Amino acid sequence: MATLQVELVAVERTIWSGEASMVIARTTEGEIGVLPSHAPLLGELAPGGVVTIRTTEGQDVVAAAHGGFLSVTPQGVSILAETAEIASEIDVERAREALRRAEQAGDDPEALAAARRAQSRLRAAGQGD
Amino acid sequence: MAGSLRALRRRIRSTQSTKKIFSAQELIAGARIVRAQARVEASKPYAREITRVLSALAASASLEHPLLNEQTGTGRAAVLVVTSDRGFAGSYNVNVLRRTEELLGTLRQQGKEPVLYVVGRKGETYYSFRDRPVEQTFTGFSEQPAYSDAQDVGRALIDVFTPGDDADRSGAVDEVHIVYTEFKSLLAQVPTARRLAPMDTSELEDPAEDGEGRNTGDSGVPTSYEFEPSPEALLDALLPKYVTTRIYAALLEAAASESASRRRAMKSASDNAEELAKNLSRQANQARQAEITQEISEIVGGADALVSAGADD
Repeated sequence: MATLQVELVAVERTIWSGEASMVIARTTEGEIGVLPSHAPLLGELAPGGVVTIRTTEGQDVVAAAHGGFLSVTPQGVSILAETAEIASEIDVERAREALRRAEQAGDDPEALAAARRAQSRLRAAGQGD
Repeated sequence: MAGSLRALRRRIRSTQSTKKIFSAQELIAGARIVRAQARVEASKPYAREITRVLSALAASASLEHPLLNEQTGTGRAAVLVVTSDRGFAGSYNVNVLRRTEELLGTLRQQGKEPVLYVVGRKGETYYSFRDRPVEQTFTGFSEQPAYSDAQDVGRALIDVFTPGDDADRSGAVDEVHIVYTEFKSLLAQVPTARRLAPMDTSELEDPAEDGEGRNTGDSGVPTSYEFEPSPEALLDALLPKYVTTRIYAALLEAAASESASRRRAMKSASDNAEELAKNLSRQANQARQAEITQEISEIVGGADALVSAGADD
């Protein structure tokens, strides 16, 4: 079976890389699932987005990716994010705390961005709305 | 005599304790270089990917974006100078600031008015001491920059470079330059000036940057991409991030260079201190020996005097 070579990279480090059978992400246009030999595509990930990578072993790697892009080439898929975290590494309590703080901070752009980041982390950890 | 011996001993002690500080600094800087280099390495995959995405986009979209096109009209150019927060780093800051002065001179010759943005407390004091206006300073992260620091800097620069149509253009600039210290190796760090914006699109097509040339398909024909949303909207979102990535990379390299220069400076300082302590202890030994000799000759002289006084009786 054909597989996808997937790389999930954040600015400060590579988060995950390996073989996968499917990648599910949400771009600003809507939900998208990428299977092997998908047409080349460049997309902007929706703010507060969650990326799911189904590995060839059938496991799901769920990650919160914020401020990112999705690039599909014949050679593989790369997900670029300003900040990204794998679900298992997310500290749910801290994300909740961050969300609460950001919501109280009012609606300046910084606080809104922080709130969206926190939401995506919660969603990736399976605790979100 | 005894006084000078005591003074020498005191100097030896203080030299040795400064030497301890220097070698501790040297060790810390050494550890920091390793970490800084690791962070430079860790940031490379992202930089590579974003360059690849941008090249793909550049090939497909008509490149109409303020960050890509030459602008004229304001006659001002922003210059971002990356210096360190702490001293003890040899000629690190002096070199960056000298390179900056060169760039400022060139810009002035071209009839552009430079506007300074400074990273690091050393640069800040340099300009405030000379009463030179600085538009904005960023301090507190020169040794360990985080991406969020690069974002702060990037936001400030992109704001002045691409003010919205409604914003007043009094603070706007035509160009953005960055001066930082490139980390070539542990022994060589070179102060470098680069233009960040408008961006040089020729860099994107550079095959060296593109690694294995993945954005051309197997047949060598450029891949045609689907875009979500439109290429123009993507370019709008991507370019500021690309600029921020460049700033981040520059900050990381500067941090590695700073630690490397600091280690070198501290190494020669502790070598000097050791040399000094050695010379001082030689002098101290001489002084001690002289003291003993004098004491003996005083005793002998005294005994002689007593003996001759007895013989007279």
